[in-house]
Amino acid sequence: MNVVAVPGEMKDHKVLVYALSTCVWCKRTKEFLKDRKVHYEYVDVDLASPEDRKRIDDRRLIVGFKLDDLKEALELR
Amino acid sequence: MNPEESFLKDLLEGLKKNEERYGYPSCPCRLASGNFDFDKDIICPCEYRDPDVEEFGTCYCGLYVRKDVFESKTPLVSIPERRPREKQMRAYAMPEETPSSVPSSTAGITAKPVKGELKLWYCKQCGYVVFREEPPYICPICKAKREFFAEIGIGTHTLG
Repeated sequence: MNVVAVPGEMKDHKVLVYALSTCVWCKRTKEFLKDRKVHYEYVDVDLASPEDRKRIDDRRLIVGFKLDDLKEALELR
Repeated sequence: MNPEESFLKDLLEGLKKNEERYGYPSCPCRLASGNFDFDKDIICPCEYRDPDVEEFGTCYCGLYVRKDVFESKTPLVSIPERRPREKQMRAYAMPEETPSSVPSSTAGITAKPVKGELKLWYCKQCGYVVFREEPPYICPICKAKREFFAEIGIGTHTLG
């Protein structure tokens, strides 16, 4: 699976974004994380193979661009 | 449509990319299976747009918005997915189909146009007009299939 890492100072939480390369909300989420210097990884699911798509880990799943939920989960103000 | 210029621009680019790779403008915020018949509900404008705009003020990807959102009186937020979960899950599991495996109903199109030659096409069902080399797989307004499109000659007569 093609997982891209975006480096950042904040590494307290393991963050993996399942995104679509064409989705604006996904883009905003990635920008938010980068802006807050959160270390994260992402997978553009639309560019992944069908086999890879089945391997989705959903331990703490936030669906949608939910800024408040993201801030709470990442312990950001 | 979305009042924010950069947002709108990104949405339209996403739509364009989907049209290029799947052959139809599938919603940029949803995973397309690549299967035309299966994805019909999420081809823009999607089936879920109207109830979503009415209830939440915006469609799922944020392209179409309600008047108060357009006027920035109400904030634009991300909304829950209305597409049935089973369909969402199946899209993940389906093997991708390339545009070459588009249903044979498109075989009825006569003579391949000369590369780069743009023509006027109109939808016989709703009158939508588009200027392209070939008619779209589906009418973005009324969802009529490709066969419903006829060419308009530059002049007055319609062909076919």
